[in-house]
Amino acid sequence: MTSIRLVRDDLRPPGPPPRRHLLSVSDLTRDDVQRLLGTARTFESALDREVKKLPTLKGRLVVNLFYEASTRTSSSFELAAKRLSADTLTIKSAGSSVDKGESLKDTAQTLGAYDPDVIVIRHPQIGAPQLVARVTDAHVVNAGDGKHQHPTQALLDLYTMQQEFDRLEGLHVAVVGDVLHSRVARSLLQAFALVGIRCTLVGPPALLPRGLDAEMTTDIGVIRDADVVYVLRMQQERMEAGSNYVPSLREYAARWGVTPDRLRPGQKVMHPGPMNRGVEIDPRVADSVDALVETQVRSGLVIRMAVLYDVLTGGPVGVRALAAAEVA
Amino acid sequence: MLYLKDRPGANIVVRGARVLDPVEGIDSVVDVRIDAGVISAIGEQLDTNEHRVVDGAGLVLAPAFVDPHVHLRTPGREDEETIASGTQAAAAGGFCAILAMPNTDPVVDSAATLGALVETAGREAEVAVGFLAAITRGQRGEELTEMAELADAGAVAFSDDGVPVASAGMMRRALQYSSITGRKLALHCEERSLSHDGHVHEGAVAAELGFAGYPSVAESVMVERDLALAAYEGQPIHLLHLSSVESVTALRRARAAGVAATAEVTPHHLVLTDDVVRSLDPNVKMNPPLRAELDRAALLDALRDGTIESIATDHAPHALHEKDVPFEAAPFGVTGLETAFAVLYTRLVQPGLLPLATLVERMTAGPARAFGLDRPCVAVGAAANLVLLDLEREWDVDAQSFRSRSRNSWLLGERLTGVVAMTIAGGAVAFEA
Repeated sequence: MTSIRLVRDDLRPPGPPPRRHLLSVSDLTRDDVQRLLGTARTFESALDREVKKLPTLKGRLVVNLFYEASTRTSSSFELAAKRLSADTLTIKSAGSSVDKGESLKDTAQTLGAYDPDVIVIRHPQIGAPQLVARVTDAHVVNAGDGKHQHPTQALLDLYTMQQEFDRLEGLHVAVVGDVLHSRVARSLLQAFALVGIRCTLVGPPALLPRGLDAEMTTDIGVIRDADVVYVLRMQQERMEAGSNYVPSLREYAARWGVTPDRLRPGQKVMHPGPMNRGVEIDPRVADSVDALVETQVRSGLVIRMAVLYDVLTGGPVGVRALAAAEVA
Repeated sequence: MLYLKDRPGANIVVRGARVLDPVEGIDSVVDVRIDAGVISAIGEQLDTNEHRVVDGAGLVLAPAFVDPHVHLRTPGREDEETIASGTQAAAAGGFCAILAMPNTDPVVDSAATLGALVETAGREAEVAVGFLAAITRGQRGEELTEMAELADAGAVAFSDDGVPVASAGMMRRALQYSSITGRKLALHCEERSLSHDGHVHEGAVAAELGFAGYPSVAESVMVERDLALAAYEGQPIHLLHLSSVESVTALRRARAAGVAATAEVTPHHLVLTDDVVRSLDPNVKMNPPLRAELDRAALLDALRDGTIESIATDHAPHALHEKDVPFEAAPFGVTGLETAFAVLYTRLVQPGLLPLATLVERMTAGPARAFGLDRPCVAVGAAANLVLLDLEREWDVDAQSFRSRSRNSWLLGERLTGVVAMTIAGGAVAFEA
């Protein structure tokens, strides 16, 4: 394995440009965000065609490495890669050598030996994607690391809002729920700051992180003033018994649940999924026409196509680039 | 109470160094002669008596350092450190004496375990080592260790370092019983119900990165509790690795009220803040965690004014593979013996934040006083425990820099000023650059 890598390094021209990763929203500039949203829009228009597959990443290998249960994120990355004609390899920790106690470093290096172009990783621990970026030659995309970051979620949410409101700057979003344990909230907060969205965090006192530089309140009443109410999942699997962040899920639902009477008519509601109906979100809200949950899932596909394309090519995608790709 | 291998005393004349011993009131360029390991003369143009002559021109000769807080990982994790490698690292860092913590595997909670360490140190230790024994059996916080027997077997003090003594009642019993031994309790102050699962100081950085917070108050409520119990029982205590402004305030108040409390601070808490955690480098993960600038400034103030008398490295070696994991999965702790003086000289003395004499005092007399050890000094008749320092020379810290078996240093890749040119410990040369 080592010798193969050495040969390849020898053949590489001197001073290659730095590998592009997407590890955290904090690595992005406002221009990066605009470019990614624009690329996603281009891909979305391509998806209206009868044949939805683009040859753009033909011959590239995208490895999905998932250490946590995930339906929408893993399926969305896999489909995104396939729509761009990349080869995909999806590894889930259950049933893999991770079960046998293999360290993340060793797993990453093993997969790295196949020379993947991109490794998409979800992991329960903060900084796992950074470790993979350090020990492999692949472009690394963070699909969620612990409570830290979930950058593609934030991008797809921006994309969804832009589709809905035709603008981002000046919008006001209330993010409601378990902010403390939410990588989505942390990613959104940074993304909102980049594009000029005002954000109010709402939740029980112990679930609002102390020291966070943000507008925070325990008063659910304020959500009525927002353009979008973004409901976070009440992460029961992270609420250890007896930690007493809230007395009970029942009291949480009564006090902070997003119900029809707490919303303005027509007010838009988003949720990263999976939803706990009846806990953080009332089923009537979840099923209403103002809930953008399915739009978010569709946005997820095109945003992940855009991200895979962007880390590999590093440039804006235009009609000409797409056409050229199709000719090739 | 301190053990090292037998070596013949050196016969050396250090010629023309700037001799600095703040306690003895010396700061001048003179010669120092050592006969059979004992300082025999201090003065100008000393006879060499056919001794080895060491050219000290341009160098500083000071009392060698004492580190009250080291993890030698023996018994149990000799892959990470041994008494031999740890004391070689200490010698390379300019230390003549170190105190080893008992949180090994097994825990040093019996005379048999302690006896084996004492015996090994007598064979292997390059510099003097003192061993602390546990306060409670297995450091489980449930039953006191046999402190009288442990003291007879050579324990220098008692500590459950690594874990707090959770029960206030147990702490009180430990204070009462340890009084018959004349040995101090050295306390790791952490209220686990507040710090639980915390990896990073609770503040803006932890909130932004998503780490579970380990708040300052988790330390300071325990500091307050232990100071109150020490005052009530009239017993001295030593507070390990303080990290927060609240703890410093409590200590200052208690000392003013006459409580016999001493305390230590680590180089990393004096130099770094939680801001560096943004790198997600497991080598900046320690317990207690790096805190805010306010805390760092308070610790430095307390070190300057003597509220905190000792600098301790809390040298905590870890195997490479244990630190080569995501931040949250990594164990707490960093190495420090071989970089302590240089980093504090570079980051505090050179910018004018701490006088060199104060740094030397807090690395020698301070910790010696706290644990009732002989103070390394430059005085005629004293055993030679000296360090020769080159304060002009720079060096780059890299993985090859270390005598320690581990290299989990937060200073890898940094350039430091200040090189230990020679360490004389217990009268013999223990290290030479």
